[in-house]
Amino acid sequence: MFLNQFLFFAAILFSIGVYGVLTRKNGVLVLMSIELILNAVNINLVAFGALHQDISGQVFVLFVIAVAAAEVGVGLAIVLLIFRNRRSINVAEADLLKG
Amino acid sequence: MNLLLAAEAVAVPTVFNYVWLIPAVMAASFLFILFFSKRLSIKPHLVGVPAVVGSFLFALVIAFSWIGYNGDVNEAQAGPISCAGGEVAVGGSNHDTEAAAEGEGEGEGGGESGHGEQRFSPCPVVNDVTWFQNGGPASEGGSDITVGTLVDGQSVLLLVVVTFISGLVHVYSTDYVAGDRRYTHYFAFLSLFTASMLFMVLSSSTLQLIVGWELVGVCSFALIGHWWEEKPNSDAALKAFLTNRVGDIGLLVGMIILYFGAGKTFDIVAINEAAISGAISKNTLLVAGLFLMAAVMSKSGQFILHTWLPDAMAGPTPVSALIHAATMVVAGIYLIGRLYAVFFIGFGISGGTLNAMALIGGITTVGAGALAFVQDDIKKVLAYSTVSQLGYMVLALGVGAYTAAFFHLFTHAIFKAALFLGAGSVSHACHHSFDMKKDMGGLRKFMPKTFWTFVIASGALAGIPPLAGFWSKDEILVGAGAFPGTGGNGTYWVPFIFGMIAAGMTAGYMVRVIWLTFFGEYRGHETPHESGPLITTPLIILAFGAVFAGLFNIPEGFPVLGSRIGEKFIRWVEPSGISSFPTIGHAKPSVALALLATIIGLATGLLVWTYYSKLYAKDKLATEVTGGLRDKNRLARAGHKLLVEKYYLDHLYTGVIAGGTKGPVARAAYWFNQNVLDGIINAAGTGSTIIGRFVYRFIDQGAIDGAVNASGFGAESSGEVLRKVQSGKIRQYATLMFAAAALLAAVFIVAV
Repeated sequence: MFLNQFLFFAAILFSIGVYGVLTRKNGVLVLMSIELILNAVNINLVAFGALHQDISGQVFVLFVIAVAAAEVGVGLAIVLLIFRNRRSINVAEADLLKG
Repeated sequence: MNLLLAAEAVAVPTVFNYVWLIPAVMAASFLFILFFSKRLSIKPHLVGVPAVVGSFLFALVIAFSWIGYNGDVNEAQAGPISCAGGEVAVGGSNHDTEAAAEGEGEGEGGGESGHGEQRFSPCPVVNDVTWFQNGGPASEGGSDITVGTLVDGQSVLLLVVVTFISGLVHVYSTDYVAGDRRYTHYFAFLSLFTASMLFMVLSSSTLQLIVGWELVGVCSFALIGHWWEEKPNSDAALKAFLTNRVGDIGLLVGMIILYFGAGKTFDIVAINEAAISGAISKNTLLVAGLFLMAAVMSKSGQFILHTWLPDAMAGPTPVSALIHAATMVVAGIYLIGRLYAVFFIGFGISGGTLNAMALIGGITTVGAGALAFVQDDIKKVLAYSTVSQLGYMVLALGVGAYTAAFFHLFTHAIFKAALFLGAGSVSHACHHSFDMKKDMGGLRKFMPKTFWTFVIASGALAGIPPLAGFWSKDEILVGAGAFPGTGGNGTYWVPFIFGMIAAGMTAGYMVRVIWLTFFGEYRGHETPHESGPLITTPLIILAFGAVFAGLFNIPEGFPVLGSRIGEKFIRWVEPSGISSFPTIGHAKPSVALALLATIIGLATGLLVWTYYSKLYAKDKLATEVTGGLRDKNRLARAGHKLLVEKYYLDHLYTGVIAGGTKGPVARAAYWFNQNVLDGIINAAGTGSTIIGRFVYRFIDQGAIDGAVNASGFGAESSGEVLRKVQSGKIRQYATLMFAAAALLAAVFIVAV
């Protein structure tokens, strides 16, 4: 019962993140949603680490946080450039790669 | 077997292992001159001269090592030895018995030499590298193809001679060819020639010998045609090359016969051993020997293939001195000496009956000597003289006077090089003309150094005692064995008579040359001048050689000198008591014969001298008698015409043989071309057109183009369908990705 609560929580968080990524038009909000997905994974890792009395879950989370920070940095820079070029950060409009 | 061990007790000098350096240095010099000297702006003679001088010094080291080694072995040795390793032991013992039997049969073989005791030479020192195995290693029935060096008296002698003459010619050329349009090319080929000649001289297998033989032929071709812009020069080069080709066929066939005859081996020592031990039948040896004689006739200018040699004088004079007098043309003599067992047994030289080799040599020496009388070109006289002297050497080998032949090769190289270089010096003074009658005369006042060296060398050639040629020529005449009390290998009357006639002729035509060139009044224009020191120094060195070279092999019985320094060649050069060299008899020297030959020579010389001095008394500028015997007597006129036309041999070759075959062959070739070849070609053309049309219509247009078009169309339409998937919208991609992930998760859950 103890683990399930964390897993349910992480699943809900993940779903909210996916929903945000798929529906939001604002680029910054998409990035935030991705953060939610990553944090859902982090919760799972910590929960399983605690269950197995293994420190490596937490260590892995630290890596994920570091990579997420870098990802947001790059992501925000992209959004910034899109805004400069198009005066908008609507990701639905950014479809230059259309075939 | 004990004897063999005794021989091995004397260590072979290690310096013989490095003898390959001599040709290698010259080859390196050639490559450097050809590829780098212009780019690095180094004068080509600054590379060539040091290289050849180094080679000469190293050759001297080799020569002294050989002399020391030879003496040591001779002292340590107690009996005949087998040279080609253990497996030939049977053959070796065979040879022993046979040699003994031969000695008894002759009754005048080894004992005749006057030493009383038998002399023993070391076996040739062979260093081989196997670079190719034909059909597996030799132990498994294949044959090893090797390249290597063979050091014995003969190759050491040639090493010294070639590097010595080449060195002097290099120095001489720096002045003589100075300012030439192909100066670099000239020195490059001089180096290449020296390298090739040394490579050939050192060859340990017949295959290597052929390679060297062809290489020197190529260099000869390139250097005769050095000034190829003038048609006669390039014609002469071609003539030399093509005439030599005739003999090369003989060389190839002869070598192949020996290869199979001696049990699939190219090894020279093994072939000689097989010839002596009787492993090759006498008839095989005779056939191989005759084929090889063709090669000798072309390379060493023997009748009837000698015609290229006088024409080869179209090349620069130093080249004539080096290649066409002293070194390359003796390649044939070298070849006979190298495979002497083959010739000695094949031609039955010890038998004393006339054989092909002695006859060819005899005819050549007299025939060419006669031609030398009617030439106006000083170089051509010398060229015919060279042919005549080469005939002498072949004659000597034909009567079994091996040592005399190589002694004559040695002295002839020196004094004939001196004569050619002297002729070059004369022509240098007379505006590059070689015509004695038009542009020379009275030159002794203008160029004393050239005059004196030329006279000394001529005296040596004519056999005036005590100059070099006297000793070597006399030895050949003695070796013929016909003169009472000389003995030798048999009684060869015909070669002996030819030799005596030629001895007289030599003096005659040399006096003619000297008179026309250096005496009388100068007939050219402007004042001639003596050549520079780079030209006269080699002349003086060679003139010294022409005086003293004969002392190397004077008869033992000669007062004072004989017992002290005599017969070095018999000790150093001639192999004796080994299984790869036949047992040859030595003739006894005869004072009467020496006197007779000298008197004949002097008498002819005097006759010619009187002829010209009488002419001079009548008319100071005359070069020939008008209204003399030639104009009165029809027979004399015909004889003179025959000589001027060089026995009509050139007419025979170009007119009758080439011309006679050229027309019919050309006509036949034209008919064949029109009817047979054109028919085949037309049929092939028509056939291929039909096939081409068919291929175009059905295969190319139908199948291949169809396939290409279909694939293009397919790619286009599928792209049209798929491009809609790529919308560029990130959210759509994400949707698809998550959907796929969810689907995979579902599959995973259900499956597990």
